[in-house]
Amino acid sequence: MEYFIELFLSGLTRGSIYALIALGYTMVYGIIQLINFAHGEIYMIGAFVAYIVCGVMTIYGFHGVSVLIIAGMLAIIYSCAYGYTLEKVAYRPLRGAPRLSPLISAIGMSIFLQNYVLLAQTSDFLPFPALIPDFEFMEPVAHIIGSAELVILITTLVTMILLTLLIKYTKIGKAMRATQQDMSMARLVGINVDQVISVTFIIGSALAAIGGVLVASYIGQVNFYIGFLAGVKAFTAAVLGGIGSVPGAVIGGLVLGLTESFAAGYISSDYEDVFAFGLLVLILILRPSGIMGRTTKQKV
Amino acid sequence: MLRLQNVQTYYGNIQALKDVTIDIEEGEIVTLIGANGAGKTTTLMSICGITPPRKGEIAFKGSRIHQLKPEQIVKLGICQVPEGRRIFPGMTVVENLEMGAFLRNDKAAIKGDLDMVFDLFPILEQRRTQLGGTLSGGEQQMLAISRALMARPRLLLLDEPSLGLAPLIIQQIFEIIKKINKENGTTIFLVEQNANQALKLADRGYVMENGRITLVDKASALLANDEVRKAYLGL
Repeated sequence: MEYFIELFLSGLTRGSIYALIALGYTMVYGIIQLINFAHGEIYMIGAFVAYIVCGVMTIYGFHGVSVLIIAGMLAIIYSCAYGYTLEKVAYRPLRGAPRLSPLISAIGMSIFLQNYVLLAQTSDFLPFPALIPDFEFMEPVAHIIGSAELVILITTLVTMILLTLLIKYTKIGKAMRATQQDMSMARLVGINVDQVISVTFIIGSALAAIGGVLVASYIGQVNFYIGFLAGVKAFTAAVLGGIGSVPGAVIGGLVLGLTESFAAGYISSDYEDVFAFGLLVLILILRPSGIMGRTTKQKV
Repeated sequence: MLRLQNVQTYYGNIQALKDVTIDIEEGEIVTLIGANGAGKTTTLMSICGITPPRKGEIAFKGSRIHQLKPEQIVKLGICQVPEGRRIFPGMTVVENLEMGAFLRNDKAAIKGDLDMVFDLFPILEQRRTQLGGTLSGGEQQMLAISRALMARPRLLLLDEPSLGLAPLIIQQIFEIIKKINKENGTTIFLVEQNANQALKLADRGYVMENGRITLVDKASALLANDEVRKAYLGL
């Protein structure tokens, strides 16, 4: 039983990170029907910025939580700037072009950003300091859930609650929903759609950066390629949950994380991806639009 | 108040509007009638900046607006109730109305206007927390008109408000349009296929065919015009 709970919690941790990144895919898709393949790279850049900030701060003698918070903040700011610029440079000029064009542009940006970091930094795995401290009160349950996992769970939970409140109650959140539901009508009531799209990219990037910093600190290393791998998983989570749906991304992420964790724990960690993608295939056969996805009406 | 001069609008290489010239005076109800595909909706979308004209000029209260963005045009007081109502389906009635007032920041006055549209359409108040997509066609049309009113428009553009509605509801909608015009002094530009009703309501009318204006006259004169009677009134 204890083993089951342990696997459950580790799956939840993993899944909540997938969900955090998947939200970026799904929110962008919901508004402009584009799979932003460079989203994983934004996550990777977030982790790298945090890595650099940690290095600098450690030289000046800072440790622990203060480093985590400042590195996290700067990672968010940098990632947001990258996400905003990405949209402006690679997608906005292609607004109104056939859907394939921005998709190819997205793949191009993904390759470009990976190689940019590869050249500017290195292709090696770099050691990332464990920024999340071991809490004393966690000791009695440390064999089931670690402090780092607890911090990840709480951070992602708080982030998702804040995001939900933002989408539901703020003016920009309502503008995002209106734009998602009917873009040209949103323009007719006076919503600046370009601005809404920019904000969507910025929010998605901030979520990715939070995920990047948490995972880098948890796993203990960064590399220019981590964004691609995380991106593929998060994209899977978004499709699993129903792309375009915000609750779907969260559910998809958690389902994916739990499946992987149980497959790794009870069968073999070599097969966790087989089960993850097997589940994806299964759900897409039974519900082609994902768990929470709505079948879209074709507008004429 | 609004003046379209030799407006030409294209979709890609296809010309939808060919030299359209329309004049609307302040306080008037003007209608634009014509068959399906004549270019009526395109005319409204050109005014609102969704499909900006390639040639020609659109002026509102003396200043050119055809190069402005849609949100700037809304800010000037031109609001559209588009064809098919276009309610935000996943937002509640109140949220839909709030979106109508998106560019306004005067919270107290918005609240007052909310009460005003609930007075106009009491059914909407009963449905205030219901999702827009779950309303009936007539209720959606009322919501669409109310949403536009929330912006306090000087010029209200209506695209086929009677489409797909029961005769009784159509009657009610047309009466409200008249009321908005009389009581708020809002200028109305009404696009309709229901030519009979529209011409009875309007002061003046334009007839459009294949992207061109073919007739302009007083609404009563158009109602008596033989060609109009044959082509649009089925008499």
